[in-house]
Amino acid sequence: MSGLSYEAVARFAQQGGTVYFGVLFFIVVIYALWPRHTETFKRLAALPLEDCEDDHVPS
Amino acid sequence: MTQLTVQHDEGAPFDVMLLYIFTGVGAFAALLAAAFTKDPLFQFHSFIFLAAFVLAAGVMTAGVAYGKFRSEPTRYADGVIRAGVIATMFWAVVAMLVGVVIAAQLSWPNIFYFPEAGWLNFGRLRPLHTSGVIFAFGGNALIATSFWVVQRTCRARLAGGVAPWFVFWGYQLFIVLAATGYLAGITQSKEYAEPEWYVDLWLTVVWVAYLLVFLGTIWKRKEPHIYVANWFYLAFIITVAILHLVNNMALPVALLHHRSYSLYSGVQDALVQWWYGHNAVGFFLTAGFLGMMYYFVPKRAERPVYSYRLSIVHFWSLIFIYIWAGPHHLHYTALPQWTQTLGATFSIMLWMPSWGGMINGLMTLSGAWDKLRTDPVIRMMVVALAFYGMSTFEGPLMSLREVNALSHYTDWTIGHVHSGALGWVGFISFGAVYCMVPWLWKKDRVYSNTLIEWHFWIATTGILLYIAAMWVSGIMEGLMWREYTPQGFLANSFVETVAAKHVENIIRTVGGLMYLSGAVIMSYNLWRTVRMPGHEAQPQGLASLPALAAAE
Repeated sequence: MSGLSYEAVARFAQQGGTVYFGVLFFIVVIYALWPRHTETFKRLAALPLEDCEDDHVPS
Repeated sequence: MTQLTVQHDEGAPFDVMLLYIFTGVGAFAALLAAAFTKDPLFQFHSFIFLAAFVLAAGVMTAGVAYGKFRSEPTRYADGVIRAGVIATMFWAVVAMLVGVVIAAQLSWPNIFYFPEAGWLNFGRLRPLHTSGVIFAFGGNALIATSFWVVQRTCRARLAGGVAPWFVFWGYQLFIVLAATGYLAGITQSKEYAEPEWYVDLWLTVVWVAYLLVFLGTIWKRKEPHIYVANWFYLAFIITVAILHLVNNMALPVALLHHRSYSLYSGVQDALVQWWYGHNAVGFFLTAGFLGMMYYFVPKRAERPVYSYRLSIVHFWSLIFIYIWAGPHHLHYTALPQWTQTLGATFSIMLWMPSWGGMINGLMTLSGAWDKLRTDPVIRMMVVALAFYGMSTFEGPLMSLREVNALSHYTDWTIGHVHSGALGWVGFISFGAVYCMVPWLWKKDRVYSNTLIEWHFWIATTGILLYIAAMWVSGIMEGLMWREYTPQGFLANSFVETVAAKHVENIIRTVGGLMYLSGAVIMSYNLWRTVRMPGHEAQPQGLASLPALAAAE
C-alpha cells in the first residue's frame, strides 16, 4: 500500500499534472498555428456571417 | 398556445408515441407516489409531477389528433427557440424581482420581513433568486441560443423530433420543482445544488436528452467543421452533466421521502461541492455564454471573429484550467494547503484564457467600432465583454489566500458575482435575445431602439451602483471583522457590522431595482416587437439586417 500513500498520490498529482498540462497546451497551440489550417480558420471565422436568419435549412 | 408551440415539429410518429407513453407512465408513477408517501412535502412535489405529466399527455393527445406533429425536415426547428426566448424573459423578471425583494429585506428588515409567512424568509428566497437567475434565466437563454447556433452553424435541423420540446418543458418542470421546493423548505443545503435527489434525477434525464439533441444535430451537420461556439456549448453541456451527477450523489432516507444524505462527508464533501460550485461558474456561466458570444458578437458586428486561432487556444485552455480552480473556495479549511494553493494557482492562470477570450470578442469589432455609437445591442454585448474582463480580473485576485482572508464571507464576494452575472451573463444574453427576436418572429427590427437605449443605460447604471456599494460594504465589514481592541478582543460585534452596511444595502437595492426595470422595459419592447406587422410591411430606418429582406 505504500505506493498509494498520501504523499505519493499528491506528488503524482502535482508533478504528473504539470507535465500533462504542459504537453496538452503545446499540442493545442501547435494545432492552432499549423499552417495548413490557416484557410479553414479564415473561413470558419466568418461562418456566423454566412448563415441566414430564415428558417429554411440550406440544401 | 400549446398547439402553436408544437406545430413545427418533425413528426416521426415513433418519437411522439415514445414521449406519449413516457408521460403516461410518468403520470401513473407520480400518482402512486402521491398516494403512498407519508411525507407531505414529497406528496406536494408528486402532485406537481402528476399535473405536469397529465398536462403534457393532454396537449400531446390534442396535437396528435389534429395532426400537429408534422415532419418538416427542410426547416429549422425554431418553435422551441421562440418558447425558450419567452421563458428566458419570464424567468428573468421573476428571478430578478425576488433578488430585489431579498435586497429590500436586508435593507429594511422591519418592513420586508414577514415572521408569519415562513416561505418568504430570506433563507428560502435567496436560493430561489440564485437558482432563478442562474438556471431559469441563464439556463433558458443558453438552451435557446444553443439551439439557434447549432442549427445555423451546422446547417441542420435539430435532431430528435420532439426531443427538443421535451428538453424545453422538462427543464421548466425542473425549475418549478426547484423553486417550489425552496419555498416549501426542501433543500439539500448545497449552494447552487439545493434541489433534492428526485429533482436531481429528473434534471439528469432532461440534461441527457439535451446532450443527445445537441450531439445528434452536430452529427448530421452539413458544415464539415464544428464552429467554435458549438465547442463551448458542448463543453458546457457535458461538464454540467458530470458536475451535477458527482456532486448530487446521495442516498434518500426512503423511496418516497424528499430527504437524502450525501455520499460524501467532511472535507471531501466540501471539496466536491466547490469543485461543482466553481465549475457551475466556469462552465454554466462562462463556457456556455462564451458560445453565445462567439456567435452573436460577430453576427451583430457583421465582422468575422478577430482570431479563430485564439478562439481554439481560448477554448482548450479555459476548460482545462477552470476545472481545477474550485479549491480557492476553501482557503484556511481542513483541505490540504497544497490543494488550496493549486486552486489559487489555476485561478491566476485563468487570467490568460479569460482575457484572451475578452480581447478576441472586443477585437471582433475591428472596423465596426462606429456601431457602438448607433447600435445599443452591440454596445450591450461589448459592455458584457468589459464586465467579463473585469470580473475575471477580480476573481483571481480574490482567490489568493491573503486577499481571500479579507474578502471571504463579505459583500465583496456578492459584488464580484454580480459584476459577472449582471454585467457579463445578463448583458450578453440580453444582446443575443435582442438579436434573435426579430429573426424568430420574422420582423425587420426590434420595436423601439429608444427603449433598448433606456434598457442599456438604466441597467448599466444599476450594475455600477450595485458593485460599487458591495465593494465598499464588503471591504468595510471585512476590516471590521478583523479589528482588535488593545486588549486583544474583537472590536465589533457581528450586528454592528450589519448596521454599518445599511446605506450600502439600500444603494444595492436601488441598483438591483434599476437592473430589473431594464428587464421589464426589454420584455415590453419584445412583446411589442412580436406584435408588429411582418417583414414586408414597412422598411425602417434602423433595419440593419439586410440579409432578412433578401432571404425570401
